[in-house]
Amino acid sequence: MTAPVLVDYADVVARYEPTLGLEVHVELSTNTKMFCGCPTEFGAEPNTQVCPTCLGLPGSLPVVNRTAVESAIRIGLALNCSIAPWGRFARKNYFYPDMPKNFQTSQYDEPICVDGYMDVTLDDGSTVRVEIERAHMEEDTGKSLHVGGATGRIHGAEYSLLDYNRAGVPLIEIVTKMIPDTGGRAPEVARAYVTQLRDLVKSLGVSDVRMDQGSMRCDVNLSLSPTGSGVLGTRTETKNVNSLRSVERAVRYEMSRQAGVLDAGGEIVQETRHFEEQSGTTRAGRRKETSEDYRYFPEPDLVPIAPSAEWVEELRGTLPEKPWERRARIQESWGLSDEELRDLVNAGALDLIEATVAAGAPAGEARSWWVAYLTQQANTRGVELDQLPITPLQVARVVALVASGDLNNKLARQVVDGVLAGEGEPDTVVEARGLKVVSDDGALIAAVDEALAAQPDVVEKIKSGKVQAAGAIVGAVMKATKGQADAKRVRELIIERCT
Amino acid sequence: MPAESGAISRDEVAHLARLARLAVTDEELDVFAGQLDVILGSVARVGEVAADDIPPTSHAVPLENVFRPDVRRPGLSQEQALSGAPAAEDGRFRVPRILGEEQ
Repeated sequence: MTAPVLVDYADVVARYEPTLGLEVHVELSTNTKMFCGCPTEFGAEPNTQVCPTCLGLPGSLPVVNRTAVESAIRIGLALNCSIAPWGRFARKNYFYPDMPKNFQTSQYDEPICVDGYMDVTLDDGSTVRVEIERAHMEEDTGKSLHVGGATGRIHGAEYSLLDYNRAGVPLIEIVTKMIPDTGGRAPEVARAYVTQLRDLVKSLGVSDVRMDQGSMRCDVNLSLSPTGSGVLGTRTETKNVNSLRSVERAVRYEMSRQAGVLDAGGEIVQETRHFEEQSGTTRAGRRKETSEDYRYFPEPDLVPIAPSAEWVEELRGTLPEKPWERRARIQESWGLSDEELRDLVNAGALDLIEATVAAGAPAGEARSWWVAYLTQQANTRGVELDQLPITPLQVARVVALVASGDLNNKLARQVVDGVLAGEGEPDTVVEARGLKVVSDDGALIAAVDEALAAQPDVVEKIKSGKVQAAGAIVGAVMKATKGQADAKRVRELIIERCT
Repeated sequence: MPAESGAISRDEVAHLARLARLAVTDEELDVFAGQLDVILGSVARVGEVAADDIPPTSHAVPLENVFRPDVRRPGLSQEQALSGAPAAEDGRFRVPRILGEEQ
């Protein structure tokens, strides 16, 4: 195959109008699969989270996971969708071993959520309304490993190995309507939409939405039409777009590639393409089967889902504040600049700080712990901030202990270290490690007198009015008490005893 | 769908065979097209009694909203899961490569 001719991006934008469409799959973080009671943990040993139902063994029957349906409805409501009062699952038939049943249970013409929208904010603060066509329930497929091919791809492979742990994990597919008129900002709009959708779904607590682990996946549909022609071009569907940055790159690349084909008088083939993370390019996959080829029909083993208006309203009542509204509120009340807010969001610290503040800590202290010391600890351990074994409640307790004078900053860090090391609650760590600040005068006076006696020259300086010389004595006392002395009280005692 | 006309063409049978990855000979295509025609014709007779006011039925029993709580239940061990597989390797089901497809 010859290398595609790429048209310079500015040139594409000058002569073509892109039409964008995005399909996002979200894996739900339910305890169990969509139609059976198997666990859904990521990264388990192959074929250890399977049962007769998700292996499609004869005689097994699926039963719908109620929590998965609730999650689907909540996602739909958060996207301003209507919830279908009645709908069925459908079988999507295709010949590929990633579903042992030989079909995928999905929804076809009766999706549970329809006709929504999300207003997406771009970097410059402007807003684009992205309309949602549908959000439907389905199940994830198993994972294939192609053996014998040089690249792990099926071409040249001798055989494939299948792990069905993921087969049957609840999946919500969210499909936008065609997004027209984005022009040169199409890549940015795509990225902003997926970012905002990720944050929204995360705020609902229904999915990890980790693109790196595949719990959120994006397919990019893109077509070009000559500017002003009004004729919609043929679209391609690019899969395997596994990061926010890749969403942007995939759109941009497809625009340049399709323009190259069109400029040469060629035709865009309706096909599935695969995004290559390394090169930022896409390559042709299979020709798209038509939906007729999937021979969809109503799933006879599952009865229809008919959410009552009461149930839907009850679920609507559980929707949290929208993440972008919440951010605006926090930014205002904490007095953050746009840049400071963005840093907190990117560090994954915003939720943690907010929860720490909710637990009683002042915003400044809460922020300082999470963005400084705890971010350092997370980096050292190579984990995300929210994966550190310390809770906002525990951080708030440490902050309170500092505020009450029971801990100084140095001791507070040791308490946090203790919590991170699994030694229990902050108070337990204080007790077990004996970390309380010593502000008991009796114990301090002895240490102060000892330090004064050791440095008579300093005593003379203090007596002659050079109060700042007391610092040397404070240092000696802190050393003698292993940092546990209340430095402020120590200074007061030194002055007292030298005058 | 072809059931309306009561006839299924040889090409349609060939297409279905390809979707199912079945190697069907020319003679078999003729045989199957004839047989499928008879089956579709029989099923199509239902349409003769189903008036416009009768919606198509997908479920025989009028049940809705049958759910299960999101609670784990014991499944199969890897060994049990693979026990019926014609071939397995590294804890996984081993299958022939699928031609001309990439998911």
